Amino acid sequence: MSRLQALRATVRDPAFRTGVTDMMATCVGIAAWGLVTGVAMVKTGMSAPMAIFMSLVVYAGSAQLAVLPLMAVGAPLWVVWLTAMCVNLRFVIFSSMWRSYFQPLPRRHRLALGYFSGDVIFVAFMKRFPRPEPQPEQVPYFWGAATINWFSWQVPAIAGILLANAVPLSWGLGFAGVLALMGVLLSMLFDRATWLATLVAATAAIAAFALPLKLNILVAIAAAVTAGLLIEAADHHLRRKPKVLLVPADEPLPPADRRQVQDGDVPLREERHP
Amino acid sequence: MSAIGQWFAGWNWSWVEPTIAILGLAAITVVSRAFFMLPERELPLPDWLKRGLKYAPLAALTAVIAPELLMTQGELIHTLRDARLPAVLCAAGYYFWRRGILGTIVAGMLVYLPLHIGWGW
Repeated sequence: MSRLQALRATVRDPAFRTGVTDMMATCVGIAAWGLVTGVAMVKTGMSAPMAIFMSLVVYAGSAQLAVLPLMAVGAPLWVVWLTAMCVNLRFVIFSSMWRSYFQPLPRRHRLALGYFSGDVIFVAFMKRFPRPEPQPEQVPYFWGAATINWFSWQVPAIAGILLANAVPLSWGLGFAGVLALMGVLLSMLFDRATWLATLVAATAAIAAFALPLKLNILVAIAAAVTAGLLIEAADHHLRRKPKVLLVPADEPLPPADRRQVQDGDVPLREERHP
Repeated sequence: MSAIGQWFAGWNWSWVEPTIAILGLAAITVVSRAFFMLPERELPLPDWLKRGLKYAPLAALTAVIAPELLMTQGELIHTLRDARLPAVLCAAGYYFWRRGILGTIVAGMLVYLPLHIGWGW
């Protein structure tokens, strides 16, 4: 199959359209954010062609905003790059989850998937495919989501670069982007553990805000992961007992489960699969 | 004249350094987002870490949003006359009522823009 045919097959796949529609609502917020980022690039003194080049090539909103002031004062390259790496660290964590879906693909395809992935695509994808295993419709779904995300970021960003003097930053249009992410976040909260992890993350991110290089994001992730694991452990020990413990036959039981079974609280059912 | 402008004007091939900076930033985008997809062989992660990492995306989003909603100039806001607070309440209220993200953005902005531009909150 030629590359063009492969591309056409991806775009025609129904999952491609699902990816597009899943991203539709958030795109308004992404677009507002792109516009504001475009304006900000020109307002820090970057020439319009260079700003367009940066937007098209770098394609990382939060990292761009973080390095703009550094580039404006002519900071050394390593400072600019180190800052961008720190702001991007959360994507390193996300990539460990992308791996379980996309590892069978060729490495060049995996690099492309990585480049075009972002926060919102990640959340939409994980909601659509909660089981971490490859399925054929995941790739067209990803490209559908990534395509609309790319356009809804780049078109307003370039518009913002070209119309920088007509769009006053004081209007606070970027707030629409914050609201979009808030909507995405609220859709991820469904039980006590997720709510508590979010509260912990918010507190940590604000308390550690003074850290350089946006490292407060990393502090918040570490705090929330710890909190989430503690809540799960507490739930496991205190209250939540499974109705039936289903185990593969002839496998050793984990100690916590063995204790529950020995105490006679939980009936055990062994399953043997062909 | 802005600093970057001087930097541009003072150097004949001034586009070279920002271009290198930008190409490096693009490489950082690819490498960070594909990081654990780069090696062909499985990297063993401990089981507790795998379970814990499911909280990472929501923590990252929270960490990006929370300061934008609750801080001004690096400090926690200490006035109720801030357009963001009523806007967030209305947006969250709409979300729990209808569960739509587009409506959440619209509801929040309808409260935010008049208060922010009109009253200067």
